Amino acid sequence: MSEALDVFTRIAVSLGAMFFLAGTVGLLRFPDTLSRLHALTKADNLGLGLIVLGLLPQVAWPFGALKLVLVWVLVLAASAASSQLVARKVRGGKDRS
Amino acid sequence: MNAVYGLFAGLSALLLVVAGFAVVTRRHFAAVVGFTAFGLLLSLAWVALAAPDVALTEAAVGGGVTGVLLLSASVQMRAKMEVLPSWGVRFIAAVLAAIVTAGLMLVVLMLPDEAPTLAPAAKESLAFTGMGNPATAVLMAYRALDTMLEKVVLLLALVAVWSLGRDHFWGGRPDFDFSTQTSGPLLLLARVLVPVGVLVGIYLFWVGADEPGGAFAGGALIAAMGLLAFFAGVARPPLVGSGWLRWAVVAGIAVFLIVGFGGFWGAGDFLAYPDGLAKPVIVVIEVAMTLSIALTLVLLVVGPPGRRP
Repeated sequence: MSEALDVFTRIAVSLGAMFFLAGTVGLLRFPDTLSRLHALTKADNLGLGLIVLGLLPQVAWPFGALKLVLVWVLVLAASAASSQLVARKVRGGKDRS
Repeated sequence: MNAVYGLFAGLSALLLVVAGFAVVTRRHFAAVVGFTAFGLLLSLAWVALAAPDVALTEAAVGGGVTGVLLLSASVQMRAKMEVLPSWGVRFIAAVLAAIVTAGLMLVVLMLPDEAPTLAPAAKESLAFTGMGNPATAVLMAYRALDTMLEKVVLLLALVAVWSLGRDHFWGGRPDFDFSTQTSGPLLLLARVLVPVGVLVGIYLFWVGADEPGGAFAGGALIAAMGLLAFFAGVARPPLVGSGWLRWAVVAGIAVFLIVGFGGFWGAGDFLAYPDGLAKPVIVVIEVAMTLSIALTLVLLVVGPPGRRP
């Protein structure tokens, strides 16, 4: 059982790292700010999500796991809000809310 | 093992490149971004050196608070002046910085191969302090005087910032009101993140007794949450003249001094903790210190009073 979980961890963390790599390449290569934001948020949301998912079986249950999930949720909230702010700035500061 | 050394080498090279960028770049904003990235990379380096306590503080202070401070300074400089210091001043600053760097390098190179260490002695007396984290024991018990003086430095910095305000604004609010230009996402973030962030800050301070964390990391996080609330316009900076603010800012030092002089009477020396009561006394000091650190950092960023009281 624990070996299966270790394999799961390796796969999920590697996949997460792949998303970070792809996100970084996108950040460097994409032509405009909005596309770069798109690449960046993929790294945050999916990359970090997969890494957290992969690490879940390796930490103390339940509080260690809760902390990891909390880290992911906080990064999601921060990256969503800051991407919105950057995107609005790019589109001329028109705030339609 | 080679992979670890490769990681160290890569991280060190990256640190040098980012540091060089922050120094060489001509735009203030880019320099601040470089400095913040440098702080975050440096905290990674501390993690690699197995010093998570230092890493947390570096991330909170070097990457966070200092970044915000420099950013607001660069914005204000752009608004008010675009005058670079003269060549002479810059030359002297460069020479002084180079001397400090060379001195540090010399010291590191002259260290004996087996560096002298107090770590075993620090571990030995850990039980007397009631702390499980040796870093906190050093900060709060063995070298408590240094920690107190560090808070005095922080307070002096705040006094210096406040003294930059104009006379007729004295006692008023800092000119840091964003409530008219707030936007949806920021408002949402402030409402959702601030309560959670304050809780995490308190947790960081509390867990500092036994694990990485402590008053400075927790206080810096709480300060960041306060700033977020100000940026989003859901709260306004306090009146600089209000009594509770002054008390809260000096609370950490005040409690430290009371405990310090109480030590003469209770344990026979300045800042000595009575037997068996070390942990509760330290917790009381740290509560007051976390409050003072959080408030002082917020007040340092929002700046001197800029509106009439």
